[in-house]
Amino acid sequence: MEPATAASNWGVAIILLPLAGALLAFLFRRAATRIGIGAAVATSLAAAALARTVIRDGTMHHAVGGWGAPLGIDLRADGLSVLMLIMTATVGLAISLYAPAYFRGESRKPEQFWPLWLFLWTGLNALFLSADIFNLYVTLELLGLAAVALTALSGRADALTGAMRYLLATLLGSLAYLLGVALLYHGFGSVDIAVLAERVEATPVVWTALGLMCAGLLLKTALFPLHFWLPPAHSSAPVPVSALLSALVVKASFYILLRLWLEIFAPLVGDGVGELLGLLGAGAVLWGSIQALRQTRLKMLIAYSTVAQLGYFFLAFPLAVAAGVTAWSAAAYLALSHALAKAAMFLAAGNLIRFGGHDRIADLDRVVQRLPLTVGAFALAGVSSMGLPPSGGFIGKWLLLEAAIAQGRWDLVGVMFLGGLLVAAYIFKVLGYAFTQANVLHESRAVPASMEWAALLLAIGAILLGFMASPVLALLGVGDPFNAVETMG
Amino acid sequence: MTPAFLYALIGSALFALGLYGLIVHAHLLRKILALNVMGSGVFLVLGGLAGRTPQGAPDPVPHAMVITGIVVAVAATALALVLMLRVRATTGRTVLPDGRGN
Amino acid sequence: MSNKTAKLKTDEDERFAPFLRLLTALLVSGVAAGLAYAVLSLPHVATGLNDAVGDRLALSGVDHPVTAVLLNFRGYDTLLEMVVLLLVLVGVWSLSVAPSEHEAEAGAVLDYLVRFLVPLMILIAAYLLWVGAHAPGGAFQAGAVMSAAGVLLVLSGRRLPGSLAGWPLRLTLVAGVAVFTAVAAGVMSTGASLLEYPSQWAGVLILLIEATATLSIGATLAALFLGGRPEDGP
Repeated sequence: MEPATAASNWGVAIILLPLAGALLAFLFRRAATRIGIGAAVATSLAAAALARTVIRDGTMHHAVGGWGAPLGIDLRADGLSVLMLIMTATVGLAISLYAPAYFRGESRKPEQFWPLWLFLWTGLNALFLSADIFNLYVTLELLGLAAVALTALSGRADALTGAMRYLLATLLGSLAYLLGVALLYHGFGSVDIAVLAERVEATPVVWTALGLMCAGLLLKTALFPLHFWLPPAHSSAPVPVSALLSALVVKASFYILLRLWLEIFAPLVGDGVGELLGLLGAGAVLWGSIQALRQTRLKMLIAYSTVAQLGYFFLAFPLAVAAGVTAWSAAAYLALSHALAKAAMFLAAGNLIRFGGHDRIADLDRVVQRLPLTVGAFALAGVSSMGLPPSGGFIGKWLLLEAAIAQGRWDLVGVMFLGGLLVAAYIFKVLGYAFTQANVLHESRAVPASMEWAALLLAIGAILLGFMASPVLALLGVGDPFNAVETMG
Repeated sequence: MTPAFLYALIGSALFALGLYGLIVHAHLLRKILALNVMGSGVFLVLGGLAGRTPQGAPDPVPHAMVITGIVVAVAATALALVLMLRVRATTGRTVLPDGRGN
Repeated sequence: MSNKTAKLKTDEDERFAPFLRLLTALLVSGVAAGLAYAVLSLPHVATGLNDAVGDRLALSGVDHPVTAVLLNFRGYDTLLEMVVLLLVLVGVWSLSVAPSEHEAEAGAVLDYLVRFLVPLMILIAAYLLWVGAHAPGGAFQAGAVMSAAGVLLVLSGRRLPGSLAGWPLRLTLVAGVAVFTAVAAGVMSTGASLLEYPSQWAGVLILLIEATATLSIGATLAALFLGGRPEDGP
């Protein structure tokens, strides 16, 4: 029975605070918004505290129930987990500040949104801290079901069908993942990641489990060609929900895939699987960007942009063979920057929709004059997405390019350049319309300041990440998640 | 062929059959039922192979995991069914718009 | 939902061309074959975590290994799964409103049967809850029986009176997760880990958690059957 350390306490707090908030928001419906904002602030503070203690003291370990793996469930927070938790807290806080103004005036929505959103946040935090693959399944389901319910919140036909498609895809993914868990448990007698890492050998069971879990997680991460469910769901959801879906929910399954790959599968599989993932990632970058260019509606454009940006993360897989730490750090940095930038974009789009009553790109009427903060947010987020300096996106793409050039992977370099050009194309397309006069003028509605500032602050955050490469990369090194040092016995 | 392996093989077959049903059928209720069949298959694999213990008593951890999984599956099915009813109420049909909901 | 379900076999299914069906069948057979191969390659005998559980069973506060795993060794999973159940209820309530009680009228046979069965079912649920400490049983099993009693009541046309459908219902739904979380966090005040019950109190705490969980699970599943939030709740 090891005594709980400070880091453990914060780790537990970061899971239980949003949960408590969700329960209270469900009980005290009229105060749901206030409870929600309070829980958001408390959770973000807990994330910051956890980050501080992990940086100071190293990886956090917490054996739930005092039993320890393989009998019990372990919570673990190394640099990668903490980075994901900070990402979640930052975007979550911004969305929590955006949502009250967004839902104001709608009769039942606030009391429905806050419990669902706080449950989702609980799931995210529990996921990033878990070191047990069955526990990860439960958190994945928690996450997925909450996301579906949030997507359907508006009650419109397109949101309901988008949510239904999302639900079917996410359940299929979960079941494939769970079957993989079953095979790994029965093959090696544990569901703890660290224990499995020691015990796995290259057997048919592991190959089958790898295939199943990869397939399930790729479906949930919407990697091309399994991305079909994402654009309809992300574009039809309420704006704050779209932001958290694109920024956070898809990152969770990617995180699990990364963990399993790093700890369990990578030592066993050859280069083939990594190359396949890289190929699919390249397909996502190109196809997603081309589709984004073709869209006439802003939210669909941003959703397809997510499909494309997710592809970049997978370019790290083939590159990690020879330049592991650089490639994985790039993927993590890109994930973090994308979260901030994409959330900012969706929130900005939400402001434009609130303002003009529609999201047709061609009809954005000189909004730059009326909503300078919003257009600024969109532009800054675009800078990060394009990978221009200074921005978090630039750092991530730079690291990826560095790894690719060092290994002579000019095919991947080409994909990244082409992808960057396409991103620039659709970003400038939107900005172009925002500066020009539309053919048909519409009545405009005022956009509350909190909504504009939430978008802008997130976008500024994405840019600031461009100046924070050193501390972020140092954080990523805590606990050596990328196995920079070969410690496998 | 011990009972444990028989259950696991049947579970594998159910998983595959459910997958076929999920992909091929367009009607939402059939897709949801197919997912349930797949889930049952996974639980059979998880729980069945627990009976390989040399002593009489099976391994309790997979059994507990199956109980957890069943509760999660019931919850997911409930959400899916209500969502399906809402889709029908708003669009008038119980299929997803372009047919291939997958 | 009367004769609309008769239209289950729609012409939509015909949209999936025979060629694609064949392709899918081949894909799926491949999956099945791969799974079978992997399964059969597993060792014939394996103890898994059986011994680990057996060794610590005496410390867990209950005598039945599955209950010990569910509520103690892997209690964190159980907590999260109860959160999933509650979350889905909130989701369903956000999607639709429950049909009013005038839509189902109980016939004489159903009405009599319900009056007879429901108290019996509640008793059985209580027994299942109690027996879970040393035999198959426990919170989920008991909760399922309770919810079945609730479903019977719903089917016979009964609904919760308005005064109970507001706060009392919400408190009952939340109680399971709330008590579990409170205990899980509360034990940390002595410097222990999350969910680390003090060994003398483990049995009592588990029973407390299971009892509230039974009520919550029963209420949640029955409410899910109803399929929507109470009409214009307070």
